Amino acid sequence: MNNPILAIRHLSVTFNHRQTVVDDISFEIHAGETFALVGESGSGKSITALSVLRLLPNNARLNAEAVNLHGDNLLNHSEFELCKIRGRRIGFIFQDPMSSLNPVMTIGGQIEEVIKLHFDLPRDAVKQRVLELLQQVEIPEPQQRIKDYPHQLSGGQRQRVMIAIALAGKPDLLIADEPTTSLDVTIQAQILGLLKAIQQQTGMALWLISHDLTLVSTMADRVAVMQQGKIVETGLTAEFFNQPKHPYTRKLLDALPLMQSCLAHKTEEKPPLLQVSDFYCYYPIRKGIFKRVVDFVRAVDGVSFNIQQGKTLALVGESGCGKTTLGKSLLNLIPGSGRVVINGVELNALTGEALRKQRANIQIVFQDPFSSMNPRMLVGDIIAEGIRALHPKASSDERKARVRQLLQQVDLPTDSALRYPHEFSGGQRQRICIARALAVDPKLIVCDEPTSALDVSVQAQIIQLLKTLQQEKGVSYLFITHDLAVVAEIADDVAVMYQGKIIEQGSVAEVLTQPKQAYTKKLLAAVPVLKMDH
Amino acid sequence: MVVLWTDALIYLLIVVILALGLYLRGKEHIKRPLQQISRSKIGMVSLVVLLFFVLIGLLDSVHFKPADDKKNEIISLLDDWATPLREHGEKTYSAPFATTLYSKEMMTLADGSMQWGYPRLEFGGRHLSNPEIEKVPDILQKTVYGLAQGASLIGFFMLLMWMLLVEQHKRFMRSSTAKTVWAVAFFMVSFSYALIYLSGYYHVFGTDKVGEDVFYQAVKSIRTGLVIGTLTTLIMLPMAIIFGILAGFFRGWVDDIIQYIYTTLNSIPGVLLIAASILMVQVYMANHEAAFTSVIVRADTRLLFLCMILGVTSWTGLCRLLRAETLKLREMEYVQAASALGVKQGAILLRHILPNVMHIVLISVVLDFSSLVLAEAVLSYINIGVDPTSYSWGNMINGARLEMAREPIVWWSLTAAFVFMFALVLAANLFADVVQDAFDPRRSGNE
Amino acid sequence: MTQYIIRRLLYSLPLLMGVNILTFVLFFVVNSPDDMARMQLGQKHVTGQSIANWKQQHGYDVPLLWNADAQGEKKITDTIFYQKSVGLFLFRFGVSDSGRNIGADIKERAWPSLAVALPTLLVGLLVNICFALMMVLFRNSYLEHAGIVLCVILMSISSLFYIIGGQFFIGKVLRLVPISGYDDGMAAIKFLILPVLIGVFSGIGSGVRWYRTLFLEEVEKDYVRTARAKGLTETQTLFQHVLPNAMIPILTGVVVVLPLLFMGSLIMESFFSIPGLGSYTIDAINSQDFAIVRAMVFLGSVLYVIGLLLTDISYTLVDPRVRLS
Repeated sequence: MNNPILAIRHLSVTFNHRQTVVDDISFEIHAGETFALVGESGSGKSITALSVLRLLPNNARLNAEAVNLHGDNLLNHSEFELCKIRGRRIGFIFQDPMSSLNPVMTIGGQIEEVIKLHFDLPRDAVKQRVLELLQQVEIPEPQQRIKDYPHQLSGGQRQRVMIAIALAGKPDLLIADEPTTSLDVTIQAQILGLLKAIQQQTGMALWLISHDLTLVSTMADRVAVMQQGKIVETGLTAEFFNQPKHPYTRKLLDALPLMQSCLAHKTEEKPPLLQVSDFYCYYPIRKGIFKRVVDFVRAVDGVSFNIQQGKTLALVGESGCGKTTLGKSLLNLIPGSGRVVINGVELNALTGEALRKQRANIQIVFQDPFSSMNPRMLVGDIIAEGIRALHPKASSDERKARVRQLLQQVDLPTDSALRYPHEFSGGQRQRICIARALAVDPKLIVCDEPTSALDVSVQAQIIQLLKTLQQEKGVSYLFITHDLAVVAEIADDVAVMYQGKIIEQGSVAEVLTQPKQAYTKKLLAAVPVLKMDH
Repeated sequence: MVVLWTDALIYLLIVVILALGLYLRGKEHIKRPLQQISRSKIGMVSLVVLLFFVLIGLLDSVHFKPADDKKNEIISLLDDWATPLREHGEKTYSAPFATTLYSKEMMTLADGSMQWGYPRLEFGGRHLSNPEIEKVPDILQKTVYGLAQGASLIGFFMLLMWMLLVEQHKRFMRSSTAKTVWAVAFFMVSFSYALIYLSGYYHVFGTDKVGEDVFYQAVKSIRTGLVIGTLTTLIMLPMAIIFGILAGFFRGWVDDIIQYIYTTLNSIPGVLLIAASILMVQVYMANHEAAFTSVIVRADTRLLFLCMILGVTSWTGLCRLLRAETLKLREMEYVQAASALGVKQGAILLRHILPNVMHIVLISVVLDFSSLVLAEAVLSYINIGVDPTSYSWGNMINGARLEMAREPIVWWSLTAAFVFMFALVLAANLFADVVQDAFDPRRSGNE
Repeated sequence: MTQYIIRRLLYSLPLLMGVNILTFVLFFVVNSPDDMARMQLGQKHVTGQSIANWKQQHGYDVPLLWNADAQGEKKITDTIFYQKSVGLFLFRFGVSDSGRNIGADIKERAWPSLAVALPTLLVGLLVNICFALMMVLFRNSYLEHAGIVLCVILMSISSLFYIIGGQFFIGKVLRLVPISGYDDGMAAIKFLILPVLIGVFSGIGSGVRWYRTLFLEEVEKDYVRTARAKGLTETQTLFQHVLPNAMIPILTGVVVVLPLLFMGSLIMESFFSIPGLGSYTIDAINSQDFAIVRAMVFLGSVLYVIGLLLTDISYTLVDPRVRLS
């Protein structure tokens, strides 16, 4: 252990000569180990990884005592010499495989490129090596896939191609920057398994960068936590998770949603608030000279469910299963057909002004807190918008008083009303969105992945806020999410969606502990569980 | 006072700009880009140059009939000030700062004998008794004198400003950008004062074929350039904004119709559409001579038509941009949230869509300005631009082009048109760049 | 694919119909044929008889849309709209006001136009891409800043000055090539050098700037970072990854103007007296020959519609992500 593969000494990165993103950090990675660098968004973990290979954006300045690769200081190498190290000694996997692959180049070509660059092999051998790599990353029918373009592959396959590219140079160290964040949970499990297997085969070191503590606990040998550009704690994984020393680490661990909490929910029956039966959302597929409708995309294919007053139904599913479409079409933002009854009023019969009047019953909170508020409007106006539209008679003083009250309810200072959205952090913005939805006193709020764009500690706060509001106001939630751990925290009932249909529903304890359908079981099996026993 | 059509539209434009300014005062999303522009040296310097041009253009846009009216002509404030320049015509070509005509002709000497030579100019350098010896020192002396006068004028003005300013503003004035701006303003005012001073005694840019002062022509052309650059946009903006946003927001058959209209217009080559329309205007004006009594009214009507036609041919580009942006915006979650809250469609358009596409409108307005000024010259050259009797850089180039074959060549009309046009277009391009940097979210990294 | 092309062709019919109606309104409704005749014959001494003669000579002596006096189908065919506008769809351009066959003129004059416009486009494309790539390669250096400033300066100069300056210095002072004129066959080359050179040069400013922004947009994308992480040098990244991606918008932008090259450039051709369609149009405008202008408007829009179709097809060829349906 005395001879680390990579040793970083006193590394700092500054943007635009002002903003220090990485602040004087030092650590080592040893041969064959998995080292995880954990931190919330903006903590500087990705920048640290990029700065090792000097792949930083132009406005960044790097300052370090040494970045040693096998004792050889990379800082002394010219850009040209570094090119011999990139891809050859250190492989890199990026977060989003769609944007990280060249869209107009075949995947075979993109892998080949690395081999040709670093090894002097005859053409046949190169071709052979590409096939080998594709087999190694378990892509089916590599012979055919070689000529495919990235857009023809699924998300998981693209990430496999990224891994193949990183492995093509036979590196000693593989840096994986959030390799599974953009993938569905079942695919995530496969990719992590693949990375582990490859590491065992080749014996290379793996530097994993992630925000996900549970994932890290299953993968890493050693962990370092980064906060605001500094490493606050380093340690072996077992020690780290069992006896966290730094308060920040403890805070992170406490914020993790726990699957066990699903058992704590009350099961008493309440009268139904929303009844949905036989709901469909079809998009026509048009073909031919006159664009005749030949078939439909069945985004939501005949679903029925109820939500009880003051309770939360979680709608769970992987990306593309139709859960967001369902949520939006319940609000008539996307056309759908079927019976929707809320509070005794049948919604699907209404159009125009009558529909507008009923809008107060259901509201929505979106996933992305950055695009869900008009950047040109004051927060006060954003919250008051619904009051203005649905209660046009309210005086401006009444509106202001109501906005102040709402801001207090979501724990924001009352002077926020006179500021613009961009002055707030992601969590604060999500609070504003909740206040906007609450402004018209809805009976039901559709929460469309409201926490998945947020850091784990902020996510816990928002979930707590939603729970508190439910107790105070008796509002029901339709909570759309892909994250089963969050479901366990918040939901009373669960509906699992797969390919436009609800395949299983029931109380949260029932579905999460005794799943009936194979798909639900697969989903549950793929959820990484915090591993405390190393 | 006489208000021509283009004058009226210019006044309208000023009112619109003032109203917009008042409405947007203190809005955060406008303030930040504006601050960024005010910090940019290039931006501020080009803005000063542009304002200088605009000031001249505005002076040239206040028309009236002089009190001692003999010729029933309409003149502008600028004409009134430049009366000496306007009336100091020569017989034909003369070079800049010349005291004699450019070509030899038969002239009668004082003793009655005839001689083949260069006759003295009627006005240029008339005060000199012996031009060959006195001219150069006289020009130098008058330049220095004019520069000194101009410098003391702007110097006095700056001193006055400094004294009236409160401490807070003074700190702003000490920034390096402000210093650069003052330096440029100082240089520009002194230099143009010297030019004006000199032009009282010489034709600083020479005279053209009919002996008219080229400096005067070039200055008068400023208004034409500005009118084309701004009024065209004023005319096309409502069309582009309304159609673009409606098509993007409502989609369906509204979108189909609007797309059909702009694809049809787009498919006709712009120059040909302009040519065809201008031909028709010509026919119309030729057959309705009674409606266009004076030359200036006639030229003004044609200028207005040209702006309208350019507007019709150029709104499609912006319309398409706005449609695409609106298509994007209407899927934004805040628009969906608004309709979930029961906000009416009209209110969504005004409150959520329009403010969020305004930066595109602004950027395209400043970008279009310079290309329109350039287009005017080209169109006038092929006789489908402004009226041949009105002053424009295109007409100046057109007139001078034929003299290129002459030996020795007459270069000053071209040079004057080049210098003025280049200054205006360069300033506009530089300013457009800065504006784009400040307002385009993709370029500056703000929302 | 075939279905897509057929649909696009069908869609272009109403488009051309719109163009046709627009030009018809512009030429015959805004001003009546009487107005045109008066304009052509001079304002002062025009008698009713001479107007009638002129109209008869040029075929304008029938009603605009509906001939009530005629029999049967002639009620429609014996009208100005049918004779002057519908014929354009079959590329029957008719005769010009000066009595020449427009269709034959167009056929003859299209080639000189192309001989100037095509090399200008191709050389310009090459030069612009080279300079833009150079600026992106040396980004954030003084070289790039100087390049940007130079581009702004170049694009602030009117194209008229490029032509006049080029003719003066290269043609007149240095006497390297003839100032203007045209010849058939290979002899045309010496006349083409100067217009092509000037055409390329006057486009550099805006062209390089535009391509530079395209390249810069690509350079900031994630896959470029991947390419650099593979160990490719800056130059390799630029040529192997950025260029192919940026070429998609560049190529499709070029394809849309390809058919329009036949129309030629109005100014270039008139300055260099090249007997192409551009100078043909200018002559028509100056002599107020409405028949030719009308024909050229229609021809231009047909070529534009073809250009749009070619653009869509070229997308499928260069961008593997695009499939037409």
